[in-house]
Amino acid sequence: MSSHRKSVINLYKTLLYLGRDWPQGYDLFRKRLHKVFSRNSEETDPKKIEIMIKHGEFVVKEIEALYKLKKYRTMKRRYYDDS
Amino acid sequence: MSRVLVGVKRVIDYAVKIRVKPDKSGVVTDGVKHSMNPFDEIAVEEAVRMKEKKLASEVIAVSCGPAQSQETLRTALAMGADRAIHVEVAGAEYETMQPIHVAKILAKLSKDEKADIVIVGKQAIDDDSNQTAQMTAALLDWPQGTFASKVEKTDAGLTVTREIDGGLETIKTKVPVVISADLRLNEPRYATLPNIMKAKKKPLKKLTAKDLGVDLAPRIKVINVEDPPKAKKKPLKKLTAKDLGVDLAPRIKVISVEDPPVRQAGSIVPDVDTLVAKLKEGGHV
Repeated sequence: MSSHRKSVINLYKTLLYLGRDWPQGYDLFRKRLHKVFSRNSEETDPKKIEIMIKHGEFVVKEIEALYKLKKYRTMKRRYYDDS
Repeated sequence: MSRVLVGVKRVIDYAVKIRVKPDKSGVVTDGVKHSMNPFDEIAVEEAVRMKEKKLASEVIAVSCGPAQSQETLRTALAMGADRAIHVEVAGAEYETMQPIHVAKILAKLSKDEKADIVIVGKQAIDDDSNQTAQMTAALLDWPQGTFASKVEKTDAGLTVTREIDGGLETIKTKVPVVISADLRLNEPRYATLPNIMKAKKKPLKKLTAKDLGVDLAPRIKVINVEDPPKAKKKPLKKLTAKDLGVDLAPRIKVISVEDPPVRQAGSIVPDVDTLVAKLKEGGHV
C-alpha cells in the first residue's frame, strides 16, 4: 500500500496541474478528478491499484495529446486558410 | 557543436477571448491568462531537439518583457533549455516596444553569448508582426531561414525547408544563421510539472535594455484599437402564400391512408432439392 501511495499522489498532482488548462474550466475538472480518486480510495489489492495507476498515466498522455491537437488546430485555422 | 539562442514571447493565451479596453488604447491584459507564444514553443522544441541530437551544446532562452515574462522563461527551461536571460522592459516602454527593439536585443545577446544559431517563432499571436527574425538576421548580417518547416544539419551548414506560398523551398545556409519556426516544424512537448519544478533551479540572468545598449525610445504611438467587425446576422425572411398571391385552395382530397401489406412468414427447407421444387411451384424458376 505505502509503496503505491507516493505514485498515486504524484498522479493526482500531475492531473490537477493538467486540469488548469481544461477547456470547460479548472473547477469542473478538479471536482471530477476528486470524485474518481475518492471512489477508488478504499482499494487495497496492490494489483488492482497498479492497473488503476497505469490507466491514470494513460489519461495523462491523452490529455497532453488533446491540448497539443487543440492548439495546433486553432493555429492552423487562424493562420492558414488552406484547411 | 553550436550554441542556440531562442527568443520566446509572453502573450495572451491563445484560448482566451480578447477584449478591447473601453478607451480603445489597447486590449485588456490584467487578470488574463498568459502563456508562451505557440510559434515560440515550436522554436524552443526545435532547439531542444538539436541539443538532443548533439547538434547543439547549449540552449539559451531569451525573453523581453515585464517581470511575468520569467514564467514564460521557466516554461522554456522546463521544455529543456539550459539557461535563460530576461531582459526587463515594463510599463509604457513595453507598450511601444517594436520588433526592431527586440531584434537589436537579440542581435546584441547573440554576440555576447557567442551563439551560432538563433531560433524564434515566425510571429507572435498578439501583434502578428513577423519581423523579428528578419531584422535580427539583418542586424547581425547572418543568413536567414524563415518559415522553417524542416531543419537538417548538412556538412558545415544547415538545410532549411521553408513554407512558401503554394509549396516548399529548400535552402542551404551557412552557420551562424537565424531561423524562424513555422507551425509544421515540430510538435512541441508539454512542460510537465516535475520539469517546471526542476526549471526553478536553472540559471536565469536578469538584464535591462540599457545594459545591452539598446534604446527603447518609442517609434510608434498607438492611436486606436478596435474590436473586429461582428459577423452580420444572416437574414431569414418570413412570408405567407398570400403575400405571393398564391391560392392554397385544396385541389385534392385524402380518401384513405393504409399500412403497407405485412410480409408473410417464410419457411425453412431441409435441402436444395426441396428448395428447387418449392421455387418451381411458386413459378420463380
